[in-house]
Order: sequence, then C-alpha cells, then structure tokens
Amino acid sequence: MTHWLIAPILIPLLGGILQVFMGYAPISLRRTLAIATTVLMLVSAIVLLAFASDGSYRVYAFGNWQPPFGIVLVLDRLSALMLVLTSVLGLFCHIYASGGADEGNRQFHTLFLFQLMGLNIAFLTGDLFNLFVAFEVLLIASYGLLMHGGGTSRTVAGLHYVVLNLAGSALFLISVGMIYSVTGTLNMADLAVKIPQVTGNSLNLVKAGGMMLLVVFGLKAAILPLCFWLPKAYARATAPVAALFAVMTKVGIYAIVRIYPLMFGEDAGELANLGMDWLFPLALVTLSMGVIGALGADNLKTLVAWQVIISVGTLLAPIALGSEAGLSAALFYLVSTTWTVAALFLVSELVASQRGAAGDSIVTAPKMHHRTFLSVLFLIGAVAAAGLPPLSGFFGKLLILQSVEPGVEMAWLWGVLLVGSFLTLIAYSRAGSIVFWWNVDGHLETPEPMNNRVAVSTGILTCLTMLIVVLAGPLSDYTRATAEQLHDNQGYINILQTPVHVPQNPLVGEIN
Amino acid sequence: MELLFALVIGALTTSGVYLLLRARTFPVIMGLTLLSYGVNLFLFASGRLATGQQPVIGTAESYSDPLPQALVLTAIVIGFAMTAFLVVLSLRNLADNENDHVDGRRESATPPSKLEQEVSDK
Repeated sequence: MTHWLIAPILIPLLGGILQVFMGYAPISLRRTLAIATTVLMLVSAIVLLAFASDGSYRVYAFGNWQPPFGIVLVLDRLSALMLVLTSVLGLFCHIYASGGADEGNRQFHTLFLFQLMGLNIAFLTGDLFNLFVAFEVLLIASYGLLMHGGGTSRTVAGLHYVVLNLAGSALFLISVGMIYSVTGTLNMADLAVKIPQVTGNSLNLVKAGGMMLLVVFGLKAAILPLCFWLPKAYARATAPVAALFAVMTKVGIYAIVRIYPLMFGEDAGELANLGMDWLFPLALVTLSMGVIGALGADNLKTLVAWQVIISVGTLLAPIALGSEAGLSAALFYLVSTTWTVAALFLVSELVASQRGAAGDSIVTAPKMHHRTFLSVLFLIGAVAAAGLPPLSGFFGKLLILQSVEPGVEMAWLWGVLLVGSFLTLIAYSRAGSIVFWWNVDGHLETPEPMNNRVAVSTGILTCLTMLIVVLAGPLSDYTRATAEQLHDNQGYINILQTPVHVPQNPLVGEIN
Repeated sequence: MELLFALVIGALTTSGVYLLLRARTFPVIMGLTLLSYGVNLFLFASGRLATGQQPVIGTAESYSDPLPQALVLTAIVIGFAMTAFLVVLSLRNLADNENDHVDGRRESATPPSKLEQEVSDK
C-alpha cells in the first residue's frame, strides 16, 4: 500500500489550514505559500500519473480496514488523469488570482485550496458516500469562492446555485439510502458485485436509486433541464474562480463515467445500461441549447459559460453510447476543453480590464490596451473551443465523430455536433470581431495596469492547447488505455481482494 | 411503526418540496430544512427499523446496522453547516436587494390589480 495516494488530499488540506491561521499575514507570504502548495499538489498528481500508467489499481484503505468495510481511495488511470488535469488548471488559476483577484477576502486562498482538495477526494474515492462528502467539500468551498468579490448580482446568482445544490445533495442522499437498503454496501467495487445479483422487488428500488443518482450528476454536470443556473453563476464569478469552475461540471461527468459502466454496465443483468438511453438525446439537446445560448450571449463571459454547456453535451453524447472508442475520445476532448474554457474565462476578464466602461460586453468601444496580445489569445482560445484545425479541440471532436458506429446515432451525433460547431464558430467570430476590430474613436483614460502574473498565466494556459496537439499521440494512447481499463470491471472488483497491511505483532489483548 | 415512520418521512418531504418552490428565501430555507430532516430519517430507515438493539456485533443475538447511523450523523453535520451558510446568504440577499425575493425582484410577486393598472395608465 503506497501512501502517495493520500498526498493530493493532504497537501491542499494542510496548506488550506495553514492559510486559515495566516489571514493577517502579509499577502505576498500568503500567495507564495498557497502557490507552493498548489505546485506540490501538481507534483504529487504527476507521481500518481506515473504510478497509474502501468495499468494496475492502487488502493489506500483508511485505518487498514479490508476494502468492502472501510473507506478506500482507488487510483487508476482515470483518477490520475483527472488529478493532473485539475492540478494544472488549479496552478494557473492560482497564479492568475495572485495577480490581484485574491484581494478583498482574507480567506480566498483557504477556499481555493479546499476546493482543490474536494475535487481530489472526488476523483480518488472508491466509496459512494465518500463521493457525497467530497461533493459537499468542493461545493461549500465553491459557494464561498462564487461570492468572492461581492456585489448584488453575485448574491442572487449564488443563492440560486446554493439552493439548487442543496436540493441536489438531498437527492444524492436519498439515492444512496435506496441503494444501501438493498445492497448493504456503499463500496463501489462491492456494489459492482452486488447490483447484478439484485432480483425481484428490490430491483426497482436500485433502479430508482440509480436514476436519481443520474439526476444528481446531471445537475453537477449541467445537462439540459438542469443547466440554467450555470451561465448566470459562472459569468458573474471572478475570472480565476470561473476558470476553476470549468472543472466542476467535469466532476459530474467523471462520476457518470466512474459509476455507470461499473455498477450499471453490460454485466449488470436487468439493470444493464441504466439511464444511458436517456442520456444520449439529453446530451444532444444540451449541446444545441449551449450553442443557442452562445449565439445570444451579450458579453464574453456569458459566451464562455455557454461554451461550458456545449462541451458537456459534446462529452456526454459519446459516453452515453458506451463504446470504448467513444469513451477514449471523450476523455481526450475533456482534457482539451477544460483547459480551453478556463483560458477563455481568463482572457475575457483581461479584455474586460483593458476596455474601461465597456467591460466584456460585446459592443463597439474605444480601442483597448494590449490589443494584439489579447486578440491573439482570444483567437487561440476560440479556435480551440470551436474545434478548428490545427488546435486540440479539432482533434477531440474528430475522435468523437470517428468513434460512432454507423447508424441512427451517428446521423444524429454528426449532424448536431457539426452544425453546433459551425454555429459556435459564428458566435466566436461575431464576438471577436466586435470586441477587437470594430473600434470607435476615443481613448480610455485610465488603463488598468496588467501585471506579469496575470498575463503569463493566461498566456500559458491558452497555449496548453498547442501542447495537447504536440502530445496528441501519447495522450490518446493514454485515454485509450483508460477506456479499456474502465470497460474491464473485473479489474476494479479485484480491489476487494487487496491484502491490507497487518502489523506483525498485534497487541495481545482480550476483547470481551 | 413502519407505517408511521413512512408517513412522517412523506409529510416532511412533501412540505419541504412545497416550501422549496416558494418565491421568498425564508420559506425556501424552511423547505430545505424539512427536506433534510426527511432525508435523514430516510437514510436512518435504510438500515431497517429496530428497537432495543445495539449497533455492536457480538454482544447480543441480533444487532442493528451501525452504518446508516454514521451516514446520518455525517449528513446532519453537513446539512447544518449548509443551512447556516444559506441563512447568512439570504440575509445578505435581503440587505443587497432590500427584498427577500429569490430572484432579487423589487416589484411585488403578484400582478398589479386592474384598479392599479388604470391608475398607472392615467
């Protein structure tokens, strides 16, 4: 049993606790320590990625309880990929935030680190109830981060966000209770063994539980009937927070990918492929809705917020079809789209800071400062998001299109995805040409200075899409291996047999 | 006992959902609280209802399932913290908008009556 598995949880936890007590320390010291924590977390995530790429499962059993009885952390390729994705994103958002966005709230860094910790627990846990706890940890941190900076509009959007997520948590608990009442376990590997054995009346109980879980994850992932909270909340959050939230919808997608093929996969007997025939049409409708929203957006941040919904639809459609190639393609696109959307949030905020009163509204305004730099970044982000060659969004969408078997699904997916991408392209072209090219005479009087940390972090995060293109080969090999691993349930179930370390000389003592 | 328990959970959840759909923050918070009570009782019931049994193995013939009790404790703690946060947030909403409407609307939630409309038209 390797203790590295707990590192991505412990590092932000300890760093966050340290920040709690440093509320009145000089801000430069707080920033340095917070960023050092994030760097350490990235290092531990990369170590775990190296561990996981040999294709085996690693288990960390808290308190040395034999797996079905205690809480376990499980590391496999998917968890490691998500950890690295989040850590990289977290690092750049953190550097951006230390450029000035973290002022005004002494506990900004605490909340930020706790948010990262919640994300890491969600990606590592192998227990359904622990997943609920992880969701709550990341949510309560996100409530604080969303309010960061204040303002009336944020209060209302935040209120909606909190109430919706509380209702979602209640639903999560009900479904956990339903599943537990039948199976008597909440360990995911054990559930994968027990759910196929369920018969008779209890079957409907598990089915209802499974469908309600899908609703909860759908709320987190912002699938169509549950996505209207997202654009308002994300568009009003501070840029680094909104950029970090780009990974929050992916937690919902991660949970779907983790739980449904495992517990309600091909082997689940009567419950096989539960909910997946609902998910496919919903994904396509979500995608279309996102495109319509993007076309109607009146400021850059809202446009990018709708892009989050577009990418959720694009990701879920191949996942719902359940093929290995589809899953691999979706994971490739997930990496690309998360970083791209986050970068676009940061670029939008920079644009807003350089345009004076016009902010990030899509209207003609006096020529902004640093126009060349910002327009190049926006161009890169928009090309990657709309899915044009040569950037990574194109490869992701191409893989998704290739992964579908010929048939009705193919017609629908190709049609919606291609038309959607074209319309997204129009939305970005319209926004970009109005904001960057159509200038009116006059100049801004007081330019806000753009410091290096903000510019560099935005620049690098935007250019990660090029890195994905360079590393497309290894990355797609990795996602293919991940999809293979996810489809082989037996491997995950075998973690129940993991021998846990027993002390050589147990204390001699009589119980009772 | 089962019937009574089920009725209580049902009543709590129904009232919770009804209040959750109201347009003012205070009923919404009350609704979420009732809903979480219902959910906690439901979670507790998922370990089967039993009286006078210990949640410890080996001390008696039969025992009650300790895990749902642990789950309920966790859920109560989390629910309590979230409710506290929501109360503070609603107070902030009230202060910011001078109104406790969930959408921050200033006008009244009911449409103006005919008389009022005629007055405003003139």
